[in-house]
Amino acid sequence: MKIFVHGVGVLGPGIENWESCRRLFKEQLPYDDSVIPDPMPSILPANERRRSSDAVRLSLQVAQEAVQHSQLNPKTMATVFASSGGEVGILHKICQSLDSSMPIVSPTLFHQSVHNAAAGYWSIASGSQRPSTSLACYDSSFGGGLLEAATLLSANQEECVLFVTYDIPAPFPLYETRPLIAPFAVAFVLSKQTLPNSVAMLDITLLPAPTGHMPTTMADPSFEPLRSGNPAARSLPLLQTMATNLASCVYVDFLDNLQLRIDYQPCPPYPD
Amino acid sequence: MGKVERLEEVSLKSSLSHFTCRNNQLALLGLQQDGFEDQIAEARQHYGAHRIGILIGTSTAGILETEHAYQQKDPVTGRLPATFIPRGQYTQDAFSVAHFVRKYLELTGPAMVISTACSSSAKVFATASRYIEAGLCEAVVVGGVDSLCLTTLYGFSALQLTSPGPCRPCDADRDGLTIGEAAAFVFLEKSSTKRDRPTTALLGYGESCDAYHMSHPHPTGQGALLSMQASLKSSALSPSDIDYIHMHGTATVANDQTEDRAIATMFQGHTPCSSTKGWTGHTLGAAGAVAVVLGDLCLQYGLLPGCLNTNTVDPTFSSQILIENREQPVRSIMSNFFGFGGNNCTLILGKR
Repeated sequence: MKIFVHGVGVLGPGIENWESCRRLFKEQLPYDDSVIPDPMPSILPANERRRSSDAVRLSLQVAQEAVQHSQLNPKTMATVFASSGGEVGILHKICQSLDSSMPIVSPTLFHQSVHNAAAGYWSIASGSQRPSTSLACYDSSFGGGLLEAATLLSANQEECVLFVTYDIPAPFPLYETRPLIAPFAVAFVLSKQTLPNSVAMLDITLLPAPTGHMPTTMADPSFEPLRSGNPAARSLPLLQTMATNLASCVYVDFLDNLQLRIDYQPCPPYPD
Repeated sequence: MGKVERLEEVSLKSSLSHFTCRNNQLALLGLQQDGFEDQIAEARQHYGAHRIGILIGTSTAGILETEHAYQQKDPVTGRLPATFIPRGQYTQDAFSVAHFVRKYLELTGPAMVISTACSSSAKVFATASRYIEAGLCEAVVVGGVDSLCLTTLYGFSALQLTSPGPCRPCDADRDGLTIGEAAAFVFLEKSSTKRDRPTTALLGYGESCDAYHMSHPHPTGQGALLSMQASLKSSALSPSDIDYIHMHGTATVANDQTEDRAIATMFQGHTPCSSTKGWTGHTLGAAGAVAVVLGDLCLQYGLLPGCLNTNTVDPTFSSQILIENREQPVRSIMSNFFGFGGNNCTLILGKR
């Protein structure tokens, strides 16, 4: 399935946005993961932003960055939001309030608890009424989301898809069931056709194992704990390839026995 | 509340016992109905385990386990029970139900969970169609599983959306939904399959967002209408080709009113419609797959089900709401599903 990339947004430890990520990989700068930038998605009205969950702010920040980068109208974009844990912070708050002699769930927490909360807030903020899928695939959530986005485009159903994948560590004590290393999110604006601002072409193939290929790892091993420590960061080898912008091939493990092969091609200058 | 009795007694086979939670027990009970497992075993022989995908919708997976674990926290350290911590992945985690179904049915194709609240297991049909079209697999085990948990019981109650008695869809005095729990599975194959030809076809699907509010539907039903229009376009049908509209019809004041508006706009009161939530309760993330199973029965037996428990149709409604069951040949059914976050999906089923 061949698809084109028009915009990228990313946020994680030591990674403020796509430009800082691109420089980090392209110029092989030393990786300092000590600072996790605070997501501030201005697409959310200020009062909504204050009330919104960490997962919503994180995912909407990268979504907004990718859309701005693409210079395309978000109202034309279907969305795919892929996350293993989704709203783990809200789930923690709900479980806390249910552990009481007078259990309650606040109406706000309840509607914030759905796995598609981020997608819902994005749709309201961007005004997009195009289809929206929120999915979960444990450690393979990046791959699952990429497949959903690519099949939406290859079925000729959608012209343009905003694909966002994100995960945050849960608060204690829920954290111990799934100790993610740090928050991480990435978003891509994707389309079936090449456009004037296309930055790359991805050709995605689902491979049955064993393929004989190890999943692609990071050139700089200091990124490895992040890649393996957050499902959304399984996208890092692709981001590394995009930063160096050379034709190559990225392998991503999918579930326990499958693999995705992503053939990367930089886009030639668009013919006028 | 519609509860599956004695579900706690269902036991998962020992090699999969780490998946034990109410949601996966319900999934297992569903897989064991109507010879479904045997059909999948046969299909596995025919296609190969890696050519069959698994796409399941759920809203809350095994969250009940986590709710219980919080109630058993260590009073000193605040930690969850040591027996629960390694099982979070197989119970509470959103993907756990697809993981369990994949292992239980011994399938190795691509799998994921779609979780878009009450449209979850309708959207899996759309994704499954695209998977098959793109050649990712030959066939897909599609399903919906959602089980009772405190989060949804207290949450819907806090939103004042639950009825004190059995729900009454489209009734003038309707006062909210009845939460149910269910597992429903469907095996979706290419229309060109060389195996025994199935009797029911997925003719099309539509998806849309309201872009309006997290927990209230768009008042004019405009987002719902977009989804219904997309489903007609994808099936190349017109409103006059639809014999029956299977409503989302949760029996909340707002849902039924906006859905009536959307249906009336498209069908002008010419086509019978009803909700089956009076029979099943609202099974949330399982509602899509449950409605497809019911739709299959309606097509096979020529039945249009009435709204159970409904006495007087809301006089402000313009659609043709059925209260009594009606027997007549049915060629095609449009089914609606609307979830929190303004997430809409419409499926069209037909006879082959």
